[in-house]
Amino acid sequence: MNDMTPDREERSANLKGMGCSRKRVEDARFTQGKGNYVDDIKLPDMLHGDFVRSPYAHARVVSVNKEAALALPGVVAVLTAEDLAPLNLHWMPTLAGDKQMVLADGKVLFQGQEVAFVVASDRYVAADAVELVEVEYEELPVITDPFEALKSEVVLREDLEGQTEGAHGPRKHHNHIFTWEQGDEAGTNQVLDNAEVVAEETMYYHRTHPCPLETCGSVASMDKVNGKLTLWGTFQAPHVVRTVASLLSGIEEHNIRVVSPDIGGGFGNKVGVYPGYVCSIVASIVTGKPVKWVEDRMENLMSTAFARDYHMTGKISATKEGKITGLHCHVTADHGGFDACADPTKFPAGFMNICTGSYDIPVAYLAVDGVYTNKAPGGVSYRCSFRVTEAVYFIERMIEVLAIELDMDAAELRRINFIKKEQFPYTAALGWEYDSGDYHTAWDKALETVDYEGLRAEQAERVEAFKRGETRKLMGVGLSFFTEIVGAGPVKNCDILGMGMFDSCEIRIHPTGSAIARLGTISQGQGHATTFAQILASEIGISADSITIEEGDTDTAPYGLGTYGSRSTPVAGAATAMAGRKIRAKAQMIAAYLLEVHDDDVEFDIDRFVVKGAPERFKTMKEIAYAAYNQAIPGIEPGLEAVSYYDPPNMTYPFGAYVCVMDIDVDTGVPEIRRFYALDDCGTRINPMIIEGQVHGGLTEALAVALGQEIAYDDMGNVKTGTLMDFFLPTAWEVPNYETDYTVTPSPHHPIGAKGVGESPHVGGVPCFSNAVQDAFRAFGLRHTNMPHDHWRIWQTANGLGLHD
Amino acid sequence: MIPAAFDYYRPNNMDEVIALLQEHGDDARVMAGGHSLIPMMKLRMAEVPHLIDLQSIEGLNAIEVKDGQITLGAMVTQHDLIDHDGIAAAAPILREAALQIADPQVRYMGTIGGNVANGDPGNDMPGVMQCLDAQINLVGPDGPRTVAARDYYEAAYMTDRADDEVLVSVSLSAPTGGYAYEKQKRKIGDYATAAAAVQITNSEGKVASASIAMTNLSDVPVWSEEAGAALVGTSCDTDALGAAVAAMLGDIDPSEDNRGPVAFKRHVAGVILKRAVTRAWDRA
Repeated sequence: MNDMTPDREERSANLKGMGCSRKRVEDARFTQGKGNYVDDIKLPDMLHGDFVRSPYAHARVVSVNKEAALALPGVVAVLTAEDLAPLNLHWMPTLAGDKQMVLADGKVLFQGQEVAFVVASDRYVAADAVELVEVEYEELPVITDPFEALKSEVVLREDLEGQTEGAHGPRKHHNHIFTWEQGDEAGTNQVLDNAEVVAEETMYYHRTHPCPLETCGSVASMDKVNGKLTLWGTFQAPHVVRTVASLLSGIEEHNIRVVSPDIGGGFGNKVGVYPGYVCSIVASIVTGKPVKWVEDRMENLMSTAFARDYHMTGKISATKEGKITGLHCHVTADHGGFDACADPTKFPAGFMNICTGSYDIPVAYLAVDGVYTNKAPGGVSYRCSFRVTEAVYFIERMIEVLAIELDMDAAELRRINFIKKEQFPYTAALGWEYDSGDYHTAWDKALETVDYEGLRAEQAERVEAFKRGETRKLMGVGLSFFTEIVGAGPVKNCDILGMGMFDSCEIRIHPTGSAIARLGTISQGQGHATTFAQILASEIGISADSITIEEGDTDTAPYGLGTYGSRSTPVAGAATAMAGRKIRAKAQMIAAYLLEVHDDDVEFDIDRFVVKGAPERFKTMKEIAYAAYNQAIPGIEPGLEAVSYYDPPNMTYPFGAYVCVMDIDVDTGVPEIRRFYALDDCGTRINPMIIEGQVHGGLTEALAVALGQEIAYDDMGNVKTGTLMDFFLPTAWEVPNYETDYTVTPSPHHPIGAKGVGESPHVGGVPCFSNAVQDAFRAFGLRHTNMPHDHWRIWQTANGLGLHD
Repeated sequence: MIPAAFDYYRPNNMDEVIALLQEHGDDARVMAGGHSLIPMMKLRMAEVPHLIDLQSIEGLNAIEVKDGQITLGAMVTQHDLIDHDGIAAAAPILREAALQIADPQVRYMGTIGGNVANGDPGNDMPGVMQCLDAQINLVGPDGPRTVAARDYYEAAYMTDRADDEVLVSVSLSAPTGGYAYEKQKRKIGDYATAAAAVQITNSEGKVASASIAMTNLSDVPVWSEEAGAALVGTSCDTDALGAAVAAMLGDIDPSEDNRGPVAFKRHVAGVILKRAVTRAWDRA
């Protein structure tokens, strides 16, 4: 073993550490149908819950008659708000500082709202009993438009009547929730008033839904003997659920165990707390038996957290040469019947104030007005950090509109306004400090790879051919350059209901040199068991294959704020590295003792400590682990464990450059994606294969949102897109071949320089697909048209431009 | 997504099926592949206290191609149709249409009988069968009878079939000439925004005969006799195509849904028909 040099590479490869495309360890069970999801949990004597839901969007609940339902054999209970009121559980707090009815308390505010909870011995009996509960409603006027809501005399939230102060400041109207202002209004207006060029646009980012393959559900089991409540559920933040459940129920937190088993996708949909969770807990406490509640697809689409629904108005000013001088943004945000947005508490519109994007904009102002309507509550970050998709869509559309106003190439306009590499760390006009970036390099690489100039020349030829009547297809070149803001977040300004948004990792090295690490996060498909083991492998020199990663059980995992907003790698990944370094520091002392040298005379080398200058003298991590447990070492406690709670000093700022080439059939409105190129910079890359998978998934959800996916309502507040027939969930058939690429600009403040990537492709993808559609019509005078760009809306755009004449 | 309770029957012969249908009236429904009925039951939009599964009845899953005559048993799946060389040769439009129905998983289960029998305006085969002038063979308490596909559909989910009759097969003469089934849809698995079935014959550069049917553009499939007639004697030039489209537009009656408003559907119906005719004529 004295000849160290030849096998260093091999030892490094054996670790399967950072940078290696290690196969996902989760997939063996998922691909064999051996996953364990909430609905797979079956307990003895388990009861089943199902909801009676409101068919009306706004109605008074006059009466609920349970008799016929209770008479059905197998029905154990029918709960209404009246039954929950004595426990003070008929309402629950939302993550946004509002409160939400668990079961209809006198009225309903959206179609699909929970009115009564039926508990039965069997899932089928529960569904039958739902039909037997007789509810008498008195219909009320329905408001589905937030602008109308702000003018209407109809009071949606009677419980708040007379309250002029909300959770986020003054309320201007009885259907108004908050106004959130950021930046310099006077300064921005002054710049806009005196600008050489100003472009204005109004755009609607439609309501959509994360629609994870697995819907939401929970199983509650109250053990009346030991007083312990166990709650399994589709929770993206199990520890937060435990704390909230304790605060709500009065059960001491040590007596509550929350478990997130395998989760079939979250995308933000599983961050919030739903009435079903509360009802399953109450029903278990009441009956003394485990109670399962799992919603179906229509319930998921109709009642659980939606995303977007932002009406945005922008003004952007520039010099004649295209240097941007100021940005003004106003948002009217439709929050539905309750403000259940899942944002850090101090940010009622999330990180919408990243809407200056990747550009050096000297002055900016943002105001967001939250409004109640008769639509489902929610407002989650669907595969993005908090409201970042909205912000990036806004700025990337404003850039395109400004390019039209200036009669300039949109790629060039971006280039001359990018924040320069040497300006980082860069403090944006709306307050964020961007940690790092190299936008010009990424942009140039992207444009060169796709032969941007060639595409523009081809597009110009196509326009001429179209005008000559030789083709009925137009060509669009969609551009987007995005900056994400992820890794919430620093406890100084990021908390959820007062809980700071740190995260954690606890590591135990076993005597034989393998390990288990537990984290405060929870994978929903991200591959944490694979990637976190890779971080640790590189940090502590134990092969990733010998490290078990465990998450989601609050009885065993350290406290953490969960997985959403691309925060797992930036926060828990950092905690993992830091805990690993604690292990390594102790290992160094042990190694020095075993090698009979001073601590400073040994150094870490892949999977071992070696004596400096004498690499033939070493102790492997395996040997060190064994000694840690089995050898008396003076001054050192036995064992090899560490825990780290990581409070990030800043957010991380992944970025990327995307280009989409699209051909559009003007006569049918059918878009065909010819090419999609995505360059992502997520800093240090842990597992390139998983990154590529994340990019494919995020782009596919971006394609969905841009080209058709929406939650649409009619004037009566009926959901028009409540099944997967009408709610667009793309399959392999609709998805193009994606070309992925990268640059690496490590985060300067993250222990391993990683920034997070899961949501970037969605954030950058939506404007890229949308811009491609809109760019196709630029030559014919289109300035802006709203998503989703489904066939008929594209056709309507063409029709409106006279292209069918 | 949780169906109400129902009794399940799997009879071995058609007499038992008819007897069950007579006994239970509209409380009973037969099921072939189940890919329309089961979702409706799970949504509780269809209440079927007595469900009669046809899968154990012999002779319903045969494809016969003989002497220019084609017979498709009710239990023939879309996949069987796609996979059948004889059909590919004798009536390639059936294969082309079947390939545009739903996705492979559904096509392994979904049947010709189910697709044709129900009168769901979104189904593709009814229009194809009207285009091909197929005959629908039913069996009831009084024995077998045959109805032309062009006379079978009365309104959405309303057909000439009586509650105690079962569709056992569809038969047709092997078509000649060029063919096309052109369908615009939002995504895989979707019903048509507009679809056109065209079968056309060429005699010395002129259209000798043409049959045109449209899918999901009315509450029933629309066989447009006049649209076909507008092509006869022409060389499918621009004027002829325009005349066929105009005639077709007089026969359809689309309604607005999430696929789009009426004006869009009418426009797309015209575009799709032109494309279908052009492709069929190229093959004629």
